[in-house]
Amino acid sequence: MPKTVFEPSIKSRPTYGVLEHRPGTAHLMVADAEGAQALLDLAHSAPPTLWTQAMIVYIPGRSGQQFTQALANLSPSQLHISPSYAAAQPRLHKILQTAHAGLQIYLAGTESLMGQAQAAAMAVGVPHRAVQMEHRGSLARRVQCVHCKGITENVTTDPFECSHCGLNLFVRDHYSRRIAAFQGVNIDAEDPGQVPPAVERFT
Amino acid sequence: MGLDFNQETFRNDFTFRNSPKAIRRFPFPFHEDGYMYSVNLEPHVPGPKGSVFEHTFDVDEHYVAEMRDRALVLAEDPLRCQSLPHMTLAGWDLLELIMTSKARDYPHWFELHKQGDKWHWINKPLEIEQKFTFGDETTLPYGPMEYITRQTQGDFSLQDHRDDNLWMDAGMITTQADWSLDFDVGMSFHEWHAPVPLAHEKGIFDRALKFLLNLQLGAPVRRFNWTMTVDPLLDTSPETYPQWGPTRASLTPETIGKRMHLRVELQTLIRLPRSNAIAFPIRCYLIKFDELVTVPKWGRRLHRVIRDLPEELAVYKGFARNRPMMLDYLAQYDDGTPTSPGIWPD
Ligand code: HEM
Repeated sequence: MPKTVFEPSIKSRPTYGVLEHRPGTAHLMVADAEGAQALLDLAHSAPPTLWTQAMIVYIPGRSGQQFTQALANLSPSQLHISPSYAAAQPRLHKILQTAHAGLQIYLAGTESLMGQAQAAAMAVGVPHRAVQMEHRGSLARRVQCVHCKGITENVTTDPFECSHCGLNLFVRDHYSRRIAAFQGVNIDAEDPGQVPPAVERFT
Repeated sequence: MGLDFNQETFRNDFTFRNSPKAIRRFPFPFHEDGYMYSVNLEPHVPGPKGSVFEHTFDVDEHYVAEMRDRALVLAEDPLRCQSLPHMTLAGWDLLELIMTSKARDYPHWFELHKQGDKWHWINKPLEIEQKFTFGDETTLPYGPMEYITRQTQGDFSLQDHRDDNLWMDAGMITTQADWSLDFDVGMSFHEWHAPVPLAHEKGIFDRALKFLLNLQLGAPVRRFNWTMTVDPLLDTSPETYPQWGPTRASLTPETIGKRMHLRVELQTLIRLPRSNAIAFPIRCYLIKFDELVTVPKWGRRLHRVIRDLPEELAVYKGFARNRPMMLDYLAQYDDGTPTSPGIWPD
């Protein structure tokens, strides 16, 4: 059973499962914050040999030191702790570009992290089937402003103010895997200035 | 040439209008006095002479002005035209389809001369003459899809066929009813249709996709879609919604007849030969209420369709707030008498 339960939604909105061990020649694991717990849970069912072939990229975020020692105790072949997804990107791209057909990818944590890592994998032609995702932690959304195209991270309220152009945007469930973001649309376009109060919806 | 095509604009002063002939041939989309989503597909076979169905691609009096408008949109926002790297072959397929159809159907306007892969294209209305090598992108000023759709009315999306699905992997989208190509490019059939209300639950998209996966070369199909647009604005994009959104709140009973437009999309689905992709031309026709009600059957029927439309559809199509005012206007043209079956004027 997935740990995060989402409201029923539209067909473009991603759904997430539970990580399971899959046979492969190499295993790339990317997690942020509470996503570490999904990797630790995977360790209960996976054979120890999984970890000798595993490269873990972990972005602790709001979880701080909570999970780092436990991840190290899995003895993965590589454990890279990174302060942000942006900082981890060059390393991830290198791994993806040199990946062979047997690479399995495990993503765990927030939608923003999983979406971006999945888009990076798709962009280099990793087949859809080789990517597993398990949601843990914050429900904050990564949202693209359909008007200025700027992406605002960690959106928790609806509506919110675009961090690039400043328009007040409502958050749709329509989701682009290519951009790894939900769509934000100007809420007061028809009646400029009439912006309803922001409601905490994604925490 | 000047006599064939209107001098008109789809922005700022909005001088767009339909001639009496264009009104008579307008593709009124309602064959009965009500509307609900359905798998409304029929063979795209040549229709009555002079109708919008006569040819594969309809070229009408708005051609030159529409192409000018497209060029303006693209200059402001090049993301309205995108093609993922594997879609170039489908672009050549589309270019061939459009050039051959137009040269065959409108020989007084378009000519195509071929010697092997050396092609010579003449587009008289737009004063374009181009010699190029079919299949060699470096011999055209744009990629093949962009090149030909800058010269063809209607939006176009190209769907790659793989994994038992269709993927919207390329498109030229500047006359859309409020959806974003930049956001949707790369999506599968159910993903890009995700925002549509009610139709998923009715199984419409499952059945439509199944049908399309079996679409055969040489057997294109067509369907109508429709919505409402304030002012004859072709480019109702989400990108520019902050600019045109306020017009929805500015209608009055005095202006609604000339500002509110029925917006009809004649959509065709055509299998392409080399790429096995599916081309989806979306041709947009606009008609203001004042023009539409000059055909009594259409005025009566539109009143009934709008009156009885489920609220979800009025909200999705963006005219829920104006529906009461639209009905007040249209009611004047509905005397309650029966309408004849089919879409054509009596
Ligand atoms: C492969 C070709 C097709 C493409 C590229 C396409 C694309 C689209 C797009 C982009 C939208 C707007 C969705 C939004 O709100 O963001 C849409 C709406 C819709 N599509 Fe399609 N579509 C295709 C084929 C079909 C077919 C075959 C059907 C037949 C049932 C269909 C039925 C609909 C309906 C009912 C809507 C809602 C329109 C409205 O109420 O205004 N589509 N389509």
